[in-house]
Amino acid sequence: MPDDLPARREVTDAMRPEPPLGMLLELTHRCPLQCPYCSNPLALERASDELPTEAWQDVLDQAARLGVLQVHFSGGEPMARRDLVPLVRHAAGLGLYTNLITSAVLLDAPALAALSDAGLDHVQISFQDVDEAGADRIGNYAGGHAKKLAAARLVRESGLALTLNFVVHRHNIARVPQMIALGEALGAGRIEIANVQYYGWGLRNRAALLPTRAELDAATEAVFAGRERLAGRMVIDYVIPDYYAIEPKGCMGGWGRRFLNVSPAGRVLPCHAAETLPGFDWPSVRTTQLAEIWNRSEPFARYRGTAWMPEPCRSCDRREIDWGGCRCQAFALTGDAGRTDPACALSPDHAVMAEAAREAEAPPPPFVYRRIGSNL
Amino acid sequence: MSDAADESVAPALRRGVKFRFDTVRDAWVLLGPERLFVPDETAVEVLRLVDGARTLGAIIDDLAARFGAPRDTIAADVTALLHDLAGKGAVTF
Ligand code: SF4
Ligand code: SF4
Repeated sequence: MPDDLPARREVTDAMRPEPPLGMLLELTHRCPLQCPYCSNPLALERASDELPTEAWQDVLDQAARLGVLQVHFSGGEPMARRDLVPLVRHAAGLGLYTNLITSAVLLDAPALAALSDAGLDHVQISFQDVDEAGADRIGNYAGGHAKKLAAARLVRESGLALTLNFVVHRHNIARVPQMIALGEALGAGRIEIANVQYYGWGLRNRAALLPTRAELDAATEAVFAGRERLAGRMVIDYVIPDYYAIEPKGCMGGWGRRFLNVSPAGRVLPCHAAETLPGFDWPSVRTTQLAEIWNRSEPFARYRGTAWMPEPCRSCDRREIDWGGCRCQAFALTGDAGRTDPACALSPDHAVMAEAAREAEAPPPPFVYRRIGSNL
Repeated sequence: MSDAADESVAPALRRGVKFRFDTVRDAWVLLGPERLFVPDETAVEVLRLVDGARTLGAIIDDLAARFGAPRDTIAADVTALLHDLAGKGAVTF
C-alpha cells in the first residue's frame, strides 16, 4: 500500500536515536594490576585479538562523524598499548575531548610529555587506597601506589586537568575523608568516590567487598562535608552501591542513548559490562560501520527507550529518568536482563539486594584476583 | 570572589575544558572531564568572550553595547552565569 509509505518513513526517522555523546575505547585488557573489582569481563581478551592502530583510527573518524564528543582511552591499562600517543593525537585532531583513564603505574615524565603534546585534555588516575599497604594489596602490585602519587604530581606540574578515582569497598571505605584530602593535596580538579559496581569481577568478589550500611552512611557524610568545604575548587562525584539504594541508577543514561563502548577486539557494546549478558551477537567494527551499529543494530535497539519494559517500569513515571536501571545488574541478580533492576524498591526481586547486604555483616572471604584465566 | 564583583579579573576556561561548535548537533558545546553542557544562547555569547585575557568588566561592556541592555542587568546575569560555571568546574577567575 503506497499510501502507507510516507507515514512509515516518518516513524523510522522518529525512531532514529540521538547521536551518542561519549565513547569508551578499551584499547586492551592487559594491565599490570589485578584489582578484584575490575570492570572488565571475566573472559579477558588476549593481546593477539586486539584491533590494530589503523582500525582504532578509523573508529575515531567514524565516531566523530556520528556525533561523539568525548572519548575515553581505557582498558585494562591503555598505556600498555604502544600506539596510545598517535591515537590521542588522532582524536584531538578530530576535535574530540580526550580523556586518559589509567592506573598510572606506567606514566612517567617522558610518557606524559608525549601525551600532552599529542593534545590530551584530561587524565584520570585510579587509586586503590590512600595508604601504600592497602593500595598495593588491592592491586596486587608492589610499589604501585608510590608510582601513582608521582604520576599525579607530574600531571599537575604539566598543567593537564586531573581526576583521582577511588573505587571504594569495605577494605577502604573508612578512609574517604583521607581520599578527599589526598585529592586536595595533589591539586585535582575533580575526584570520584565510586563504590564498586557489582558485575563481572566485582560480583565474583561481592562478599569480600560490599560495605555495611553504617560504613556507607559515614562515607556519604564525609563526601557531603567535603563538597561543602571545597565548593568551587574541587568537584566530588559520588556513586553509592545499588544494594543500599531505593531507586536504581540511570545506567549509562539509558541503553544505547548516550554512550558506546568498544572492546579490545572491536566489539561494540552499550556499556563496558554488557559482555556479561548472554544471548547477544555483539556487532564488531571489523565488519560493520559504527553509525550502522548505533542507528540500526538489534543489540543497541533491544533495551533502548521504554517499549521493551515490563511492569512496574512500563507504567512508572520515572521510566524516562532511570530507564528501568541497569540491564547487567538485572541479569546478574535475576537471570533475566529484561526485568526491572532489582535495585529498585518497586522491583519484585528487590529482596535479593537485602540478602547481599546481610552478607556484608560477615567477615570478608579472600579476594579472587583479576587474572587472565583465574575465574575458576 | 566577593559579591560586589571585582570586574578587573579575567575569567578563563579551566584547563581540560573545551568550548566548541558541534556540526552534528548544530550547537555550541562545553566539554569537560565527565561533563558536558549545551549552553543557551546567552551563555554562548558570554563564553565566546571568555579567553583568560578579557576582564569581566570588558565582557560586560561588550555585551551591554551589543544588546543595548542596561549595564547593571547584564553585569548581574554575566556574573551569576560565570559563578555557576565556576562551581561546576568549567571556569576559573
Ligand atoms: S580495575 Fe584494576 S585490574 Fe582492572 S583495569 Fe583497572 S587497574 Fe587494571
Ligand atoms: S519501576 Fe522501573 S522505571 Fe520505576 S523507578 Fe523502578 S526501575 Fe525506575
